[in-house]
Amino acid sequence: MKESRARTAPPHGGVVPALPPEQGAVVREVIVRLQQQPGALLPILHAVQDAVGYVPDGAVGPIAHALNLSRAEVHGVLSFYHWFRREPPGRHVLHLCRAEACQALGATALEEHARRALGTDFHGTSADGAVTLEPVYCLGNCACGPSLLLDGELHARVTPQRFDALIAEARKA
Amino acid sequence: MSEPVTVYVPRDATAKALGAERIAAAISAEAARRNLAVRIVRNGSRGLFWLEPLVEVVTATGRIGYGPVQAGDVTALFDAGFLGGQPHALRLGPVEDIPELKRQERLTFARCGVVDPLDLADYRAHGGLRGLANALALSPDAIVRTLTESGLRGRGGAAFPAGIKWKTAQAAQADQKYIVCNADEGDSGTFADRMLLEGDPFALIEGMIIAGLAVGATMGYVYIRSEYPDAWRIFSAALAAARAGGLLGDDVLGSGRRFHLEARLGAGAYICGEETSLLESLEGKRGMVRFKPPLPAIKGLFGKPTVINNLVTLATVPAILDHGAAWYAGYGMGRSRGTLPIQLAGNVRRGGLIEKAFGVTLRALIEDFGGGTRSGRPVRTAQVGGPLGAYIPPSQFDIPLDYEAYAAIKGMVGHGGVVVFDDSVDMARQARFAMEFCAIESCGKCTPCRIGSTRGVEVIDRMLAGVERDRNEALLRDLCDTMVSGSLCALGGMAPFPVLSALDHYPEDFRRPATGKAT
Repeated sequence: MKESRARTAPPHGGVVPALPPEQGAVVREVIVRLQQQPGALLPILHAVQDAVGYVPDGAVGPIAHALNLSRAEVHGVLSFYHWFRREPPGRHVLHLCRAEACQALGATALEEHARRALGTDFHGTSADGAVTLEPVYCLGNCACGPSLLLDGELHARVTPQRFDALIAEARKA
Repeated sequence: MSEPVTVYVPRDATAKALGAERIAAAISAEAARRNLAVRIVRNGSRGLFWLEPLVEVVTATGRIGYGPVQAGDVTALFDAGFLGGQPHALRLGPVEDIPELKRQERLTFARCGVVDPLDLADYRAHGGLRGLANALALSPDAIVRTLTESGLRGRGGAAFPAGIKWKTAQAAQADQKYIVCNADEGDSGTFADRMLLEGDPFALIEGMIIAGLAVGATMGYVYIRSEYPDAWRIFSAALAAARAGGLLGDDVLGSGRRFHLEARLGAGAYICGEETSLLESLEGKRGMVRFKPPLPAIKGLFGKPTVINNLVTLATVPAILDHGAAWYAGYGMGRSRGTLPIQLAGNVRRGGLIEKAFGVTLRALIEDFGGGTRSGRPVRTAQVGGPLGAYIPPSQFDIPLDYEAYAAIKGMVGHGGVVVFDDSVDMARQARFAMEFCAIESCGKCTPCRIGSTRGVEVIDRMLAGVERDRNEALLRDLCDTMVSGSLCALGGMAPFPVLSALDHYPEDFRRPATGKAT
């Protein structure tokens, strides 16, 4: 589901979206725990995403402040890496491999099937909010493709039928 | 109950994806039901992926394999007496005698799939830590000399002599130096780094400690990609075990030498497999490629002298320090010494890890080891060396895998990935994908890569739409030339290789009747 909030940066002097209290507590805890390590920004962003499900815009300011960076620098890193999400995902996240070894085993057809079955393109979420579809380029399962990660769990030799079964199972859970 | 029978069930990501967790649970439950004592060890994979999940039982006559096992087979296996190595339809015999494994030269992967990856005592019992013990008795110069004489070259793809890299970092003066392991294995068709992280993580840790001793570094980082959640978990546990076992810390195995090691997680950027981009990422920045010089060995992580090597390179170091430079250099051909862990992937019947001395041919790999395509259709091409590697036609399948021989045909061995395609492949689509991938993953620092890749997709789309094909082909070749000559790193500099190889060897695929409009 798309957030209704506009994605544009706040105007100069504008208000950065505040974090809801529970997210704010998570972000503060992560910062305190990790900020002392060298090159702490990626570990912090990972920890926030693991806890919250994504990296909310409101987390950028506190992280920048703690690491003595500008908000633009944190935003730059956050938006550079494909793994980080800036909007809440669906209840499940599906990373579908698009790379050559999986292509050799029918990944392009599986990709078409996935888009149709979920009714969304990559980076989108199915209308019922169940599954967010993300592309990924290699999961290291290249002798047994096509491959996908569903909530961090690797699946091998995924046919369209197997895909449907996995999604049906996830929707029930 | 009598002495428990040891049963190995891999925890490797591919084995898990094929059901290994359910099998481990089923074996455990069935043994309990029958009141039989079974000790289940979660090993890495042998790399014979068509046999995974490959269950091994320790018997008086060695380890007997059964595979591929499905959870539904477990009761029947018990009935057949598999705990005693008895016959069953899935019985493969002694694992070491499986032909595809027996014909390999496993130097770097000697322990992978054999040992319990988290048991330091098991590691030691299988030859682990002997290289480190030797290194602790050697001068830094002597360690570097051993590495240089072994002929080991960087296994990440660039094939730079590891000894020279180490020598440069050793000579640099600084208050702090670093060892960095590049485990950002982003090339499609590769899984050697992943297998070692999950199957023999102590070998990497030992190799990095030896590198630290050689160049005077006391801190190391392993950069693991976020697409490898299983490898991350297992390696993190191995780090904890190594610290608890006194292998890492202020007093490495009581030697008085210090080495600390941490793992860091990437975030889905292919470019971070490029060494300077990886260093930027470790520093908490965007993974933008740096200009060289300065070399990382002079000015690397946090501006300090840094040895950055691929995982396979570092994990090979302990064996070289154990058995000696001549032993390693005794394998291979020409200037490509030692072995290459080849990863046979894509549309192939028997895919997996094949560690062989340099010089093996694609034909031997695909036909003898691989058994042809999984689909049963004829092989049309194989992409060697990842998404930046050339598509090799069958007419070149007899060229030996060797860095120089592949460079001579405008290909590259790279990290050793071989992706097989059958005759249903559309080579124009593959060429388009190479450019599309480059556009998605470009860090954006240099123009030929950032803009060229997007223009490349557009030009190929025009060719496929039948628009001025000859002119557009000339333009595409010109664009490729610009990218090859003008890009800052291998992403833009080599993305044209798959494109040009597709154009050169499969021109007919670019000249089919147009099916749709240019997009």
